[in-house]
Amino acid sequence: MINIEIDGKQIQTENGSTVIEAAHQAGIAIPHFCYHKKLSIAANCRMCLVQVEKAPKPLPACATPVSEGMKVFTHSEQAVKAQKGVMEFLLVNHPLDCPICDQGGECMLQDMSVGYGNGHSRYHEEKRMVLSKDIGPLVSAEEMSRCINCTRCVRFGAEIGGQMELGQAFRGEHAEIMSFVSGSVDSELSGNMIDLCPVGALTSKPFRYKARSWELSRRRSVSAHDSLGSGLAVHTKDNRVLRVLPIENDDINECWLSDRDRFAYEGLSSEQRLTKPMIKQGGQWQEVDWQAALEFCANGLRQIASGAGAEQIGALATGNSTMEEMYLLQKLMRGIGSDNVDFRLRQSDFSADGKQQGAPWLGMTIGDIGRADRILIVGSFLRKDHPLLAARIRKAVVRGAQVNVIHSTDDDLLMKVAHKAIVAPDAMVDALSQVAKGVAAKQTDGIAGSLASGERVAVLLGNFAQQHPQAAQLQALAQQIAEATQGKFGFIGESANSVGGYLVKATPAGKGMNAAAMLAAPRKAYVLLNVEPELDCADAQQAIAAMQSADLVIAMSAYKHGATEYADVLLPIAPFTETSGTFISSEGRVQSFNGAVKPLGEARPAWKVLRVLGNLLKVDGFDYETSQAVRDEAMQGVDVAVKLNNAVSGIESKPAVVSGLQRVADVPIYATDAIVRRAVSLQATTDAAQPKAWLHSKELSKLGVTAGVQVKVAQGQGNALLEVAVDDGLPEGVVRVAAGHPLTAKLGAMFGTITVERA
Amino acid sequence: MKNLLNFFKRFLLLELFQGLSVTGKYFFARHITVEYPEEKTPQGSRFRGLHAQRRYPNGEERCIACKLCEAVCPALAIKIEVAEREDGSRRTTQYDIDLTKCIFCGFCEESCPVDAIVETRIFEYHGENRGDLYYTKDQLLAVGDANEAQIAQDRAADAKYR
Repeated sequence: MINIEIDGKQIQTENGSTVIEAAHQAGIAIPHFCYHKKLSIAANCRMCLVQVEKAPKPLPACATPVSEGMKVFTHSEQAVKAQKGVMEFLLVNHPLDCPICDQGGECMLQDMSVGYGNGHSRYHEEKRMVLSKDIGPLVSAEEMSRCINCTRCVRFGAEIGGQMELGQAFRGEHAEIMSFVSGSVDSELSGNMIDLCPVGALTSKPFRYKARSWELSRRRSVSAHDSLGSGLAVHTKDNRVLRVLPIENDDINECWLSDRDRFAYEGLSSEQRLTKPMIKQGGQWQEVDWQAALEFCANGLRQIASGAGAEQIGALATGNSTMEEMYLLQKLMRGIGSDNVDFRLRQSDFSADGKQQGAPWLGMTIGDIGRADRILIVGSFLRKDHPLLAARIRKAVVRGAQVNVIHSTDDDLLMKVAHKAIVAPDAMVDALSQVAKGVAAKQTDGIAGSLASGERVAVLLGNFAQQHPQAAQLQALAQQIAEATQGKFGFIGESANSVGGYLVKATPAGKGMNAAAMLAAPRKAYVLLNVEPELDCADAQQAIAAMQSADLVIAMSAYKHGATEYADVLLPIAPFTETSGTFISSEGRVQSFNGAVKPLGEARPAWKVLRVLGNLLKVDGFDYETSQAVRDEAMQGVDVAVKLNNAVSGIESKPAVVSGLQRVADVPIYATDAIVRRAVSLQATTDAAQPKAWLHSKELSKLGVTAGVQVKVAQGQGNALLEVAVDDGLPEGVVRVAAGHPLTAKLGAMFGTITVERA
Repeated sequence: MKNLLNFFKRFLLLELFQGLSVTGKYFFARHITVEYPEEKTPQGSRFRGLHAQRRYPNGEERCIACKLCEAVCPALAIKIEVAEREDGSRRTTQYDIDLTKCIFCGFCEESCPVDAIVETRIFEYHGENRGDLYYTKDQLLAVGDANEAQIAQDRAADAKYR
């Protein structure tokens, strides 16, 4: 610790910290633009000049390390004169178009110029002009003349995003921020540059001219699109969500937000929103009132329960339904005598059910991942599935952690990977058991060697590993490795409430059927909560067939979607911004939120719909007044910390049965859930491009086709015409075809045999 | 004695003449009553009457939809909606002033960075229904178009004090 004095205040601070850090710690404000606590120091804006005793000139507070006995004056005459001088220079070339600038009202330059700027300008010459740039559908760089060249965006790309997509070109007065040759910024974290930009040079394209910052109401919410549980500040006006910003929390999302969380709100005001209950009568959809729709549902379910038996009714929910919704759904199903309820729609191996000691979770806190020194990531499209977790691991790598990967694709993680094993899906268990053996045998090289040499080992099973047909075996092996290295292992949950679903028992117990079984052996009736079966299920083909053969399909959804073809009732329910609820994140953090806006049209929160449905079906205990009452009942006697347990035992090994080419299916980043799929700007990004059939170049020459031509990809009865593309990072014998996209919705399971032939 | 004095006062109608002298004074004094509507009082260039939206000489509307007037309005009388026009410029799609709410404080005019919203010298306007005093963008622009010469002259006169 070092003693310094700032503005006469005695401050103790850590050796090696900078003056600005010490000042902020003591609550003393120093004006700054380029300094950001999460980024490296550039010291190029010079706004933070302060007077230091015995220094001949003012020094930049952000780049001056503290030393014992240092005396700093942040508001002395010399310091303020320097700061005012810098401000005058910054404003020389700034267009001062605040009235039309989207940053107006929340602009650092605007705020600082009130304190340090002159009322008038002494500069009457021509201002410099920088041409506007098109850097993609999310970030607007229309007014680059506003840029003050602080390079925060450049540093963010290089340090947090992992790829330097923006850079500063030219020198002096000609210096400007621009993207590289291709011209667009494709990072899945690009939206953070908007927050970082202290002026209005980089602004949000979807939000352009939509509202001024002072008109917006801010509501707290929690991200529904991944399992991190990022805090959202939902900004609303006139009962519409107009933008989403992060809520800072160093334990979860720090001050960042992925583009998916940030821009998915556009899907909330999609034209496809369902606003009235609808019933299909004689093949025609008719709008009805809630009473009629719910009575229709209740009668239908009662008939099937008394006729064919309650076990002929199945309920499916998505993992981003709130905990209250899932709790009521399973309570309703069990109330009418069916145990068929599940939310693990993309999972294909359920052999761990009943052999787990608790609910699968991350196995550690998010912070622990950042502190781990050896990390093994098994089966995860990490950057696309969990963008912010990838950023955290990237930071750990920079600090010296080693990352190892076992996966079926070799996508660039934008970080240094120590060792990797890229194998076909059917060889993943082998690859992981090799590591387990290697760790046990104290191997010194390869993945096993890397893990064995660590002190804080983290083994993470990604979405791909959870959806894998041998998921239980992968879990058991991960457990072995974690035990042998005295590390931790866990699942990076697929969706916002994966842990919550387990905790409220929205999974079959006893004789009930799981998601895959319910679709493999079609039921007579289905209750769908938020589900779009053709896009959300492990086997789209099977899901559609099951829906079409059912007598009654009750689709509770915020959107009109494919269900119009097979459903009998459409009940409009409110998405997460319009209902109160609770998500339990991967690390077991229970976060409740309220609705940010009123439900659109006649849509109602799903917990209310389920409550009334419970009343109509005369199931006991459906007298909730608030969603809090549902939550309290669901969480009664549930100690989350005790319930979370990844330990599994007695998993039998079963061989993988695949012949010929195997499918590797990712769910593209902007196809994960119903809201994201309707977010217009996200759908215009390169990440949302049409799926292609990716093959190793050797496989391609075996087929005798060249990249870019159309091929027919077939699974079971269904096929899709896709463009073929080369990815030599893929193992041979594998075709990568994305799931969750309408183009591939006719194909079958996400894993297994697939054929590719010339179209 | 007192009675005698009162007798002469009454006899000579003294108080009547006292009162009439006031009448007589004003009868010959300069008249200050303005015979509205035939006559009107003079107006200053800063008169704050009916609002108008102005255009540039090339016909382009001035308003850039910065919403400062909406934010500053103490009576919440202004309602603005914004959208990007085809040419990429920031424009209002709705600009309404509820004159029944307006307190004619002139803050909107003062806050406007482009002199788009102004208060004119017009004070003789009326509405026969309540909604008639809800002025929309088109109406405000029409007021501006009809009185641009006077508006411009008043702004010019006041320019050196702003």
